[in-house]
Amino acid sequence: MTRYIIMRVLSTIPVMVLVALFVFLMLRLAPGDPASVIAGDYATAEDVARIREQLGLSDPIVVQFLRWVASLVQGDLGTSIFSGKPVTELIGQRIEPTLMLALTTITFAVVVAVPLGTLAAFRAGSLVDRFVMLFSVGGFSVPVFVLGYILIYIFSMTLGVLPVQGYKSPFTEGIGPFLYHITLPSVTLSVIFIALIARMTRASVIEVLEEDYIRTARAKGQSEMKILTRHALRNAAVPVVTVIGIGIALLIGGVVVTESVFNIPGLGRLVLDAVLARDYPIIQGLILFFSFVYIFINLIIDLSYTLLDPRIRY
Amino acid sequence: MSILEVTNLTVKLPDGADRPFAIEDVTLKVEKGQILCIVGESGSGKSVTAFSVMGLADRRALTPVSGTIKLDGEDILDIDDARLRKLRGEKMSMIFQEPMTALNPVLRVGDQISEMLEIHTDLTRSQRKTRVIEAMTDVRLPDPEKMYRSYPHQLSGGQRQRIMIAMALTLEPQLLIADEPTTALDVTTQAQILKLIKDIQRRKGMGVMFITHDFGVVAEIADHVAVMKHGRIVEQGSVAEVLGAPKDPYTQKLIAAVPSMIPPEREVATGQIALETDDLVKTYGQAGLLGQGRVVKAVREVDLTVRRGETLGIVGESGSGKSTVARCIMRLVDPTSGEVLINGENIASLREGQLRSHRRDIQIVFQDPYRSLNPRRTVGQSIVEGPVNFGLSMNEAKARAAELMQVVGLSPDALERFPHQFSGGQRQRICIARALAMEPMILIADEAVSALDVSVQAQVLDLLDDVRKRFDLAMLFITHDLRVAAQICDRIMVMNKGEVVESGFTSTVYANPQHDYTRALLAAAPGQIGPAA
Repeated sequence: MTRYIIMRVLSTIPVMVLVALFVFLMLRLAPGDPASVIAGDYATAEDVARIREQLGLSDPIVVQFLRWVASLVQGDLGTSIFSGKPVTELIGQRIEPTLMLALTTITFAVVVAVPLGTLAAFRAGSLVDRFVMLFSVGGFSVPVFVLGYILIYIFSMTLGVLPVQGYKSPFTEGIGPFLYHITLPSVTLSVIFIALIARMTRASVIEVLEEDYIRTARAKGQSEMKILTRHALRNAAVPVVTVIGIGIALLIGGVVVTESVFNIPGLGRLVLDAVLARDYPIIQGLILFFSFVYIFINLIIDLSYTLLDPRIRY
Repeated sequence: MSILEVTNLTVKLPDGADRPFAIEDVTLKVEKGQILCIVGESGSGKSVTAFSVMGLADRRALTPVSGTIKLDGEDILDIDDARLRKLRGEKMSMIFQEPMTALNPVLRVGDQISEMLEIHTDLTRSQRKTRVIEAMTDVRLPDPEKMYRSYPHQLSGGQRQRIMIAMALTLEPQLLIADEPTTALDVTTQAQILKLIKDIQRRKGMGVMFITHDFGVVAEIADHVAVMKHGRIVEQGSVAEVLGAPKDPYTQKLIAAVPSMIPPEREVATGQIALETDDLVKTYGQAGLLGQGRVVKAVREVDLTVRRGETLGIVGESGSGKSTVARCIMRLVDPTSGEVLINGENIASLREGQLRSHRRDIQIVFQDPYRSLNPRRTVGQSIVEGPVNFGLSMNEAKARAAELMQVVGLSPDALERFPHQFSGGQRQRICIARALAMEPMILIADEAVSALDVSVQAQVLDLLDDVRKRFDLAMLFITHDLRVAAQICDRIMVMNKGEVVESGFTSTVYANPQHDYTRALLAAAPGQIGPAA
């Protein structure tokens, strides 16, 4: 078991190296020259060449890559071309709102979706079930920005119960203002995950409820509630946890849009600004950061399987 | 005094089923301290009867429309869910066919037994644990303290069934319902479990309703017998009456269909050797971080020969390696070492490309006809696929398929239909036709009749014997069932833990087994009620 955990942790290293290589190449090979963007519309060819020299962009690509990896290992993601600040510092400044938004979103989604899916499965074919399924299809279909503006219109502009935009840190400004500001973006972003997770939970629980050991539990005289919580849910958990993991990956895309809609100063906004400005070091840093977060989440999910199901031993 | 009285019970099937009632007008009694066996083939309604008594039948699909089910005087069709839940476990308990799936895979077995006490008693955690250990000791599980913490997949089939029995009996119910509890077990394990059930039942004076399809098991365990067919009880009485002098023609037919342990006279085959293995070895294992990890020897140095026109039986319990031998010969798995000679040519280490031309020479029929046919393809498509891959034109392949349908006793228009439109026995006939379409020299039957009802089993055995003669096939017949092996094999090989412990002509081995393991197997075969017994 310990050996499996060690092997699984070590196996993330080649993946991270590959990701780093791809990130590096993808951006170098993309059309567009940051040096000419920095130099501006009226720059001469010499100006552009000088800037390119300063940034190291005229060196051979292998040298650029090695230089980049070397600094990466020391925790240096480079400096922003435009602001001149270290990328790690920029990410550090913006990480909290994004992390908080992701955390509240996924927590809210799981807390709502798992019971909803279980209920739908338990009452499969009933009105409740049909409502949950209908909600799921709807949740998949509505884009985040459309839903965001609809919710803003209802809760902020018409009812006036929640703010239109902004972010308050729970650490410096207290949990009350934090929740007040995070609720709307979080709910908006979570709808699609509720749909996804509820659907998967429903399918998985329906399958498990057909199993022989559920019948055994009934034969013991166990109540339906306990059958669901004790026997069905844990057996249904592996596919649900997998989908939650996928959900966290998809969340990254959703965060970018949601932060724009609700004007939250997080990583999503940083991504957007960097892409528009072709600020290579920031884009690289962010893609790497998100990739590593995702690799880490995958690791946690893989390891959680062994806790959920004793039959899974590698 | 009877603990259970079922009177005129009729249970309706949902609209659109093949018959209106799952069970009709069923009347039976289980006396205290006695075992009632309900015998029948699949679809006879025996399980519906059992599940109705437990209140476990889905009432939306299976609606009781008339009759009563009195458990110790209380009609369970008349009580609410809470009361029913209380009766389950306290007054009546149930054990099931497949102990692997009947136990929750993610909970420790001790906790699953303990759950019974948690639901029905106010005992503290440590008191419950003591009771569970007692119950586990009672069913003779080794080292119950340690086994308490095991998960189901870490136990053997027999141990799992003992856990189920311990769970069912912790609260000392007056009625135990056993639904084919030994069908999924090996024959020696089956004998032990049957003995255990009978011992405990005697000791506690419990009533038992025992569902089975196997008259051998009935002979071992029953006091009373009820025979069911198409939802009705056709005959019931004491075991001596029903087995000794069956009145109903259906009972007579079922008893006659039970294969006898006495092998019939068979001619010695003299055809050329079609299949031979030499020192065949298959080991499974993973390379460890440092050198060899855990290695399992599934097959150890197996030598066998099969002549054309001859049937060689490989008999053994689960894990004996008998199916691995078949898979090595088919090259569905790669042998670790040794030779597999097909018509004299060694195919054991041929690469996939070279192997292809040999594939048609060996065909296999699997155990489960439900899962070995693609449900989305018509029977005809499944049968012609192989021959067409080997260069036959579509029209020729179809013509051959139509001929083969007649050989296996089906009508040629069956080719246009889908597998789900056939019964289990018919599907197995289709699988045999599919194998024959390749014009093989060697036919492997891997537990090919084990999933079939006993009357259908006899017919499929006849068919296999018939096609062996007709096409001069070398047949390798793999089975765990000694009764079946006795009927169809010219020679048998007994395997245990990957090794051949004994082999010889079937009649010789059965009459005079040399190895202890063979003797144990033969002794464990249930209800030796063949004509000579």
